[in-house]
Amino acid sequence: MVSQLGLPHLQFLATGAMWTIALSLLALLGGGILGFALALCRVSPAQPVRLLSGLWVQLIQGTPLLVLMFLAYFGFPALGWRLSAFSAAGGALILYCSAYLAEIWRGCIEAVPRPQWEAAEGLALSRIQRMRHVVLPQAIRIAAPPTVGFMVQIVKNTSLASVVGFVELMRAGQIVNNSIFEPFAIYAIIAMAYFCLCWPLSLWSRRLEARHGGAARLAAAP
Amino acid sequence: MQLRLDFSVVLERWPLFLQGAITTAELALIATFAGFALGVLCAIGRRGASRPIAALCSAYVEAIRNTPLLVQLLLVYFGLSSLGFQLPAFGVAAATLAINVGAYTAEIMRAGFDSIPPGQVEAGECLGLTRAQLYWHILLRPAMEKVWPALTSQFVLLMLASAVTSQISAEELTAAANYVQSDTYRAFESYILVAACYLLLALLMRAGFWALGLALFPRRRRLGTPL
Amino acid sequence: MSAVVALEGVHKSFGALKVLDGVSFEVAAGEVVAIIGRSGSGKSTALRCINRLERIEAGRITVCGHAVHDPKLPARALRLDVGIVFQAYNLFPHLTIEENICLAPSVVKRLPRREAQSIAARVLTQVGLAEKAQAYPEQLSGGQQQRAAIARSLAMEPKVMLLDEVTSALDPELTGEVLRVIEALAAGGMTLVMVTHEMGFARRVADRVLFMHQGRVHEQGEPKILDRPATPELAQFVGSVL
Repeated sequence: MVSQLGLPHLQFLATGAMWTIALSLLALLGGGILGFALALCRVSPAQPVRLLSGLWVQLIQGTPLLVLMFLAYFGFPALGWRLSAFSAAGGALILYCSAYLAEIWRGCIEAVPRPQWEAAEGLALSRIQRMRHVVLPQAIRIAAPPTVGFMVQIVKNTSLASVVGFVELMRAGQIVNNSIFEPFAIYAIIAMAYFCLCWPLSLWSRRLEARHGGAARLAAAP
Repeated sequence: MQLRLDFSVVLERWPLFLQGAITTAELALIATFAGFALGVLCAIGRRGASRPIAALCSAYVEAIRNTPLLVQLLLVYFGLSSLGFQLPAFGVAAATLAINVGAYTAEIMRAGFDSIPPGQVEAGECLGLTRAQLYWHILLRPAMEKVWPALTSQFVLLMLASAVTSQISAEELTAAANYVQSDTYRAFESYILVAACYLLLALLMRAGFWALGLALFPRRRRLGTPL
Repeated sequence: MSAVVALEGVHKSFGALKVLDGVSFEVAAGEVVAIIGRSGSGKSTALRCINRLERIEAGRITVCGHAVHDPKLPARALRLDVGIVFQAYNLFPHLTIEENICLAPSVVKRLPRREAQSIAARVLTQVGLAEKAQAYPEQLSGGQQQRAAIARSLAMEPKVMLLDEVTSALDPELTGEVLRVIEALAAGGMTLVMVTHEMGFARRVADRVLFMHQGRVHEQGEPKILDRPATPELAQFVGSVL
């Protein structure tokens, strides 16, 4: 019965997998840009900026991604703003990822040892110059392991886009299942496909952490 | 975009939301305790002398951490029904959530156990404690205390992730929102309300864990210093 | 008098490094033996082999009738007879001093709580820490923690006590209180094997001094060998330490 699964089915799944990768990259890029801006706000010398951005991050982090997607896909049309499944899922993912990346990167910026900040100040660099030339380059190195680790979360989270109808890997699997009715086998294949996408990232994150060690672990603590 | 929000229609359905919230809380509670026990056993297995058991625990952790929760849910749901079991959605949801959080807990607790200075383990061994007694009396609570923030965050994330179980018809909070919005056409208000409920639940959970921490770690309660 | 602790031709390596190169000595019941030597001479390793914290590659170790060298020997029975006190105290930080002491008697010997607590009170009085029962280790000074560690070991009523450089991690003004407790133990008839740098203490309290050099017992005898060393190595060691 599993032999009902033919090449066209697998090709359909492969297309879904490519959309999963595309959606993941979009979330990483969009979430990364927004998250970076948020992270800078979180370490801003101005307390209101810090507080507001902190509140915003807490709000997003305290909402399930699924609810965010439902809000975008079902909620906005009720207000007259209709989004496609891709836009709704993508937008929700970008928002979700930006909040988590902001916190991870904030931790990494704060993990740069205090003496580095002070040395840069002592060299009469402005705050922007300090960030750009001294703090951020070091923060980026600390941020590599947890960021790559979070990429695993992004890929897994794209599976929720299936719930609003976007045809990525998960949805492709559900559609194939509707045609040949072998749910356990199909979802096992889907699981293995996700594993193949995620596990290399996990290993890479672990290798980065082994190389850069303690500071990264401290920064990544939730 | 017309911004004519009408929360009243949605708020009159509050019993549904309350029931959904209770179900979410029940799922989170069951999965937290079962998942924690599973995670601790798995962490112990990975640190043990038996290579096959350590490999099995590692395989479990890697498999769970590298696949989406939604896929795990559907696998358990359809796997069980293909074997002939017709478990209620709540049971499947609770079990899958427990298995899921167990893998993440295993990693956190393994780090916690590894952070205990080996001298204390030696001292315990030299007093005649068995490996099980060592873990229970000497390793478990200090390890938990060290990783308590990480554990708290993990279990709050679990509660938020339980939203996904609405996809296998568990009647929790997100499912309540889905139902109300399909009935009232007030999707935006429904989901905003539910988001607020999740925030509140997350806050309550964090408060609960903080209080639990005080109860579990008397030294910390009395002295206020980190371990 | 039969030996309580007997090592015969013990060999142990850590990887390529040979740490014990044929160590043999005996300790009689009630004897106090001090093991001295440079770092790397193998003295701590020899001590840790006695209660199976380290496994040996060749030779025989017999302690209180247990064949320690036998890999199939269950370590627990051995450890009920042999107590050890570590340089780093290794008290359990999440338990009070009383709980630290009561743990093994109640969990390993399965004594009821009342009985374990009275044992704890007794040994705490013995080491002079009766009023610190409800304190946590971090609230105690180094000397007090080490005395508590000794009490914890005593609570299990061992036949032999191993002391692994128990004063080396202490500030000088705190070593006295610990040494006084050890001296009292010796006077009370406890069999003690201690690795120590405290030459004066060894002279005063030990029945026998073992000088270890390059993984072997190079010279042994009564404490007066410290004043009249027979071998040049011991002379050099004593000269460098004093």
